[in-house]
Amino acid sequence: MLNYIWASFILIGIIYALVAGNIEGLTTAALDSAAEAVGLCVRMLGIMSMWTGMMRIAEESGLIKALSKALQPALGKLFPGLMKHGAEGGRAMEHISTNVIANILGLGWAATPPGIKAMEELQAINPDKSTASREMCMFLIVNLSSLQLVSINIIAYRAQYASVNPQEIIGPGILATLVSTGVGIIFAKIMEKKVFK
Amino acid sequence: MNIIQFISNIMIPLVFLIIIVYGLLKKVRIYDAFIGGAKEGFTTVLGILPTLIGLMMAIGIIRASGALDAITGLLTPLCRFLGFPEEALPLTFMRTVSSSASVGLLLDIFKIHGPDSFIGRFVSVMMSSTETIFYTLSLYFMSVRITKTRYTLGGAIIANLAGVVASLFIANWLYK
Repeated sequence: MLNYIWASFILIGIIYALVAGNIEGLTTAALDSAAEAVGLCVRMLGIMSMWTGMMRIAEESGLIKALSKALQPALGKLFPGLMKHGAEGGRAMEHISTNVIANILGLGWAATPPGIKAMEELQAINPDKSTASREMCMFLIVNLSSLQLVSINIIAYRAQYASVNPQEIIGPGILATLVSTGVGIIFAKIMEKKVFK
Repeated sequence: MNIIQFISNIMIPLVFLIIIVYGLLKKVRIYDAFIGGAKEGFTTVLGILPTLIGLMMAIGIIRASGALDAITGLLTPLCRFLGFPEEALPLTFMRTVSSSASVGLLLDIFKIHGPDSFIGRFVSVMMSSTETIFYTLSLYFMSVRITKTRYTLGGAIIANLAGVVASLFIANWLYK
């Protein structure tokens, strides 16, 4: 998909510029943008490395594990059927809470492995192997509703473009994230009642 | 309003404080751990550099051509009617498809309008409360060979739409 999007940006740009007579600025625009990407990454190197460094401490100290344990009772409300499935259900719950904590902390790279593990455990107790189970639907809708509390990369980009207060969007971001996740959960619960009777 | 500002300012120092204190209590060699983690972040950023160059170059071309203005120009009446900032429309769609491509468009908005403009703040909040639905959804379902996804896509789209609408309301409330 990205192949086509990328190609169409360039092709539409060149053809439109030819037709509209804007072709003279195109070369400079391409060169400047490419150079700008590098400048941006230099700043990102600092901010991202700082963040992943701190998060590594949280991992090694067991903080992330402790947080996902604390989260499990709350998650039990979202997946009421899961604990009836014994060991597999329990393992699925562990992976789900690790995934949710990693997402909340904005660790996309750390969230994907437990997320896939959770899907595998859920698939093991899924009666129909080609159709998403009730738990899978809930898990993915919550996952895709955005859970991140601090978008460190957005803050880094804002800093790069000389924002006076790059972190000012954290509070509003949390508020908007609560709305999106809340709406996702309500929708999933309503659909559960309709589909799984 | 002040409490939201306060949360924004306290969040990162607080996260750092908790991580350091907990690490010290658990007798982790925190500085070594930090270095190890930072190295990983370094590799991640270097890994996205080629993607970013490609995307920013493509966006630079389409923007300089004037085509983007023409497309958003067509959608302006609809945006005005809905009270949606038209410059943010391409980004809002791209956000659900590709995280790297949406970053390119985000930076474009920062470059033209500045991160502290109304639209710059709105898209910052919007980016933090939405996800790349299609990629993640297909990754997770394909990993366990699920083909019938029931209401998952619908739920994800509705949740993200709620995030966009909430961001717009919050931005209007705080920054207008």
